[in-house]
Amino acid sequence: MSTPVIVAEGLTKRYGTVLAVDHLSLTLRQGEVFGMLGPNGSGKTTTILMLLGLTDRTEGNVSVLGDDPSRRPLAVKRRVGYLPDSVGFYDELTARENLTYTARLNGLSRREGEQRIDAALAGAGLTAVADRRVGTFSRGMRQRLGLADVLIKRPEITILDEPTAGLDPEAALEFLELIRTLKGQGITVLLSSHLLHQVQAVCDRVGLFSQGRMVLEGSFEVLADRVLGGAYRIIVEAGGDTLTPALTAVPGVRAVRVERPGVYHLDAQVDCRAEVARTLVQRGAALTGLSLVRPTLDEIYARYFQEARA
Amino acid sequence: MTREGSPWTGLWAVTLKELADHLSSIRMQLLEGLIFLTAIGSAYAAAQELRATVAEDPFLYLKLFTTAREPLPSFIAFLGFLIPLVAIALGFDAVNGEHNRRTLSRILSQPIYRDAVLLGKFLAALATIALNLLALWLLVTGLGLLRLGVVPSGEEVARGLLFLLATLGYAGIWLALAMMFSVIFRQPATSALASIAVWLFVAVFWDILVGLVAGVVRPVEGGNPFAELAQTRLRLGLARLSPNTLYAEVLLVLLNPQVRSLGPVFLAQLEGAVLGTPLPLGQSLLLAWPQLTGLLAATLVLFAGGYVLFQRQEVRA
Repeated sequence: MSTPVIVAEGLTKRYGTVLAVDHLSLTLRQGEVFGMLGPNGSGKTTTILMLLGLTDRTEGNVSVLGDDPSRRPLAVKRRVGYLPDSVGFYDELTARENLTYTARLNGLSRREGEQRIDAALAGAGLTAVADRRVGTFSRGMRQRLGLADVLIKRPEITILDEPTAGLDPEAALEFLELIRTLKGQGITVLLSSHLLHQVQAVCDRVGLFSQGRMVLEGSFEVLADRVLGGAYRIIVEAGGDTLTPALTAVPGVRAVRVERPGVYHLDAQVDCRAEVARTLVQRGAALTGLSLVRPTLDEIYARYFQEARA
Repeated sequence: MTREGSPWTGLWAVTLKELADHLSSIRMQLLEGLIFLTAIGSAYAAAQELRATVAEDPFLYLKLFTTAREPLPSFIAFLGFLIPLVAIALGFDAVNGEHNRRTLSRILSQPIYRDAVLLGKFLAALATIALNLLALWLLVTGLGLLRLGVVPSGEEVARGLLFLLATLGYAGIWLALAMMFSVIFRQPATSALASIAVWLFVAVFWDILVGLVAGVVRPVEGGNPFAELAQTRLRLGLARLSPNTLYAEVLLVLLNPQVRSLGPVFLAQLEGAVLGTPLPLGQSLLLAWPQLTGLLAATLVLFAGGYVLFQRQEVRA
């Protein structure tokens, strides 16, 4: 395993009597894409702000790239890029002027700054509109400019807060593609979102947030296994008598649900389609369909919060 | 928790950016137009008046700033009125404007402290005002040369520059106040209104209030001179809580070398004094020193207030 770049232990933030983040522990390793998943108000943004030293924590320890963000915020912010939730720019300035300001704030020389700005604009696909005022930009363009803004400082870690919120599907896909290129460059990415299928598309590991705590954490398969009782869902279409007992008996199958007569949903730990087919054919059932459905994060999410409420 | 790293990191970048914003903004251009028109108008009128009435005066050049001709008020009266307006206009959306544009968290996630953001904005606005004041002063000086043919003496130039410095201090108060309100209130309109309300209170109602309070607390009965003195002292003390009074007194002393006291003077104190002779610059400065210090102190206190509030504010929108 590669080295951890973000380590948080017992991270807590209290606003008066409200516990926004509750003894959170989190470890990010170099080069991975971690998704923070959770409903609004579950403490994602507060956690991010504490990792950047923009908000002081009430309790706990944090180390970002070996530095404590509350004690050495400048050192941390020099190496960590942050794209805030619904990022804003100076509308009366051009894209290039906005980025120039960022370059100056990072203490870059004029020449170095210009080079990085050109590279960042090209990377975000904004070269053609670099000298247009940001006021004329669409939301998708702003968001990509936000990413270019983050890349100016050549970050080792990039933190993206709800980066695809409010984007149309095409713009969102483009943006996810950009996030993948970050991973390709070896940049560690921490991503927060409530749009699950997008998190699923880019993240190596996911943490499920609820009421200031990370209630589940792991790769997507692990989460599916923990919440849905199996990472695989097999849909069987077969005529004949009720097949539930036979299907339940197949090794690896955890649960069988009759969706409607002749259609069965199987939760399985492994891909046991061959076994299922063999069993059914041996019983003489008329097998007309057999397909594998990977459960989506949406399902995991919905199921988890259903169970949490129950 | 102690923090490492210099709070000045990025100060220069913020200041330059804000300065460029101010100088190119329509808001500032409008205000500049207003100030230049009124100031030049009043200085021109003063020059006309001086040509008509004054034959000889050792400080003719300074009279250019203080002489009024009906219906126009004097140059300094105009300035005293417009400077707070400009300062408020430059400061009222300093912080909440960044909040509303959602640029604040992006800027603060750069390797700088909040100190740099607030101080940079303050310095940029002050530099904008200083630049305009200097241009204005040079224009009026030029006007004096052309219309009156007076060449300002070294002392008059020194007095003029000190007058600019005092005006900058006065502007600093209103700027710091407007910026503090921009931290407190999330809506720029609210902070602008709050700043203007304070200014109106100080400019119009404070004097009235001070007169009333002094009359009630220290009533004068039967022409008792001691009671009268006590009332005057109380009135002066209260009036000097207002930056407008402080500024007016500084200008009075700096631009009128004949002024030798800002409070009540007793006959005994005038013994041996040659009335009407001007004070040297050093003595005038000494006379206005408490007022100048007061202006500076008020600026610092207001800025510190805004600074503390800003440091404690949550970044998230």
